[in-house]
Amino acid sequence: METRKITKVDLIFEHIDPREVLVKAYKLGSEGIIQEMLDSGVKGRGGAGFPTGMKWKFCAAEPEPEKYIVCNADEGEPGTFKDREILDRVSYKVFGGMAIAARAVGARRGYVYLRGEYKFLMPQLLMELDGFHKMIDEIGYDFRIEFKLGSGAYICGEESALFESIEGKRGEPRNKPPYPTKCGLFGKPTVVNNVETLVNAVIIIKYGSEKYRSMGTQFSTGAKVFSVSGDTPTPGIYELELGMTCLEFVKEFGDGDAKAVQVGGAAGFCVPRKAFAKTIIGFEGVPTGGSMKLFNSSRSMYNVLHNYLDFFAEESCGQCTPCRIGTQQLLRGVEAVKRGEMKSAYLNELVKLAETMKISSKCGLGQSVGNAFNSIVENFREEIIY
Amino acid sequence: MYQTDNLVKELVELHGAGRTSLIPILQGIVEKYNYLSDDAMVEVAKELDLSAAEVYGTASFYSFLDIKPRGKYVIRVCKTITCSMKGKMEVIETLEDMLKIKVGETTSNGKFTLLETNCMGWCHKAPAMLINEIPYTELTTEKVVKIIKDYMHQ
Repeated sequence: METRKITKVDLIFEHIDPREVLVKAYKLGSEGIIQEMLDSGVKGRGGAGFPTGMKWKFCAAEPEPEKYIVCNADEGEPGTFKDREILDRVSYKVFGGMAIAARAVGARRGYVYLRGEYKFLMPQLLMELDGFHKMIDEIGYDFRIEFKLGSGAYICGEESALFESIEGKRGEPRNKPPYPTKCGLFGKPTVVNNVETLVNAVIIIKYGSEKYRSMGTQFSTGAKVFSVSGDTPTPGIYELELGMTCLEFVKEFGDGDAKAVQVGGAAGFCVPRKAFAKTIIGFEGVPTGGSMKLFNSSRSMYNVLHNYLDFFAEESCGQCTPCRIGTQQLLRGVEAVKRGEMKSAYLNELVKLAETMKISSKCGLGQSVGNAFNSIVENFREEIIY
Repeated sequence: MYQTDNLVKELVELHGAGRTSLIPILQGIVEKYNYLSDDAMVEVAKELDLSAAEVYGTASFYSFLDIKPRGKYVIRVCKTITCSMKGKMEVIETLEDMLKIKVGETTSNGKFTLLETNCMGWCHKAPAMLINEIPYTELTTEKVVKIIKDYMHQ
């Protein structure tokens, strides 16, 4: 397996002439854009990692004339703050990626779903959107973007819950299939992409898929914006090539005493010190939407786990039983073990419950609670018990 | 309880009377009155031709669409892991001490409500809090005291 040292790049935040890229995309047309996206190998930057080119291809193939482009800016995963920074600094690239997607699939309307916590960005973003609309009109695009504001619900970052919320309803995830590319917003074919994924589309069209693919690894092409926080002397946002190991990451960002890295937020995995060297951060190893939290030896992993479970118990939408009940039982369960009311072997039962949630929950929220739960319990069992 | 006067009608005019307008309308009411009263939700239901239960069901799903009376300034302190590691408790204690209320309560003059919230995306500048929509980051006791004093004088 190919691994690389940490390579910092500057593509996401680099200022470019958006008009040039959008003219190029306009001339490429649907097939040309989709081919570039497929060739680039880019995968979704929100965390799930679905190949973006495929998503666009499926949506483009739908005969329905009314289609939508949705930008998922409901950045709620604990430890992720890159999308706010991207929107704050280069919103025109996000809008640009939406216009390119619209050209690729044949959509005329787009929505940016911005989390309520980022409302303070709205005046600036609306002004920038105005200028953007004028520019694409001149090039020949027939496309309009509208903002929708969230109201403090983590679950609305799940794509189908996000559609429900835009439609004015409770943000409860839908059953899948049908997938959004067939039946998404307002029941129409929809492309929904993360903020950073859309900026990647601009980068791919500007530099070409070949250059893009030369970054990262075979399975994780390109670079990625990482949100680094926790026990680190240098918290912040870093754009790094994909394919580094956790050890390389910790050497660069750790405080010298890192005992664990939580990769991918509360829904992600806990990597303990002993696994740093063999864990690749990327789609062939541990994937992440960007959240990288470092914990040093002064931290109790029980507190970390308890914090995550409390988060999930609150943010579960309550629609399906495994997630609604499961999140609460896991939380009560670890509390009972900690207090000594339950034997330590009870943790095994809880791990089984988390596994059950993984296979029986309706959406990604309930399905991923087990990631953090099992990886923390497995690696820091004694900290949970004593 | 407050009188919505013409606010609901104005918001319906601005956003339209379709179902997709429901959340923007509710957000508009909260922006002005800090929470959704029963009367306001019934009025919205009438205007949008929805049942009051639909409106309540939608509103109560979202933590920022408060259905309990809130103060003019709603303080939401992040309680997720990084903020929790970096001094969230000191922030809460300072606020409780200054405002003489506990988390979940509103000051008797109706000016401040103190709440906790989940990750709001400022982990690299923890601890953080929102006051209405304005984020405050890298908080220390001194910083919190100064911020709240400024609001008290507003």
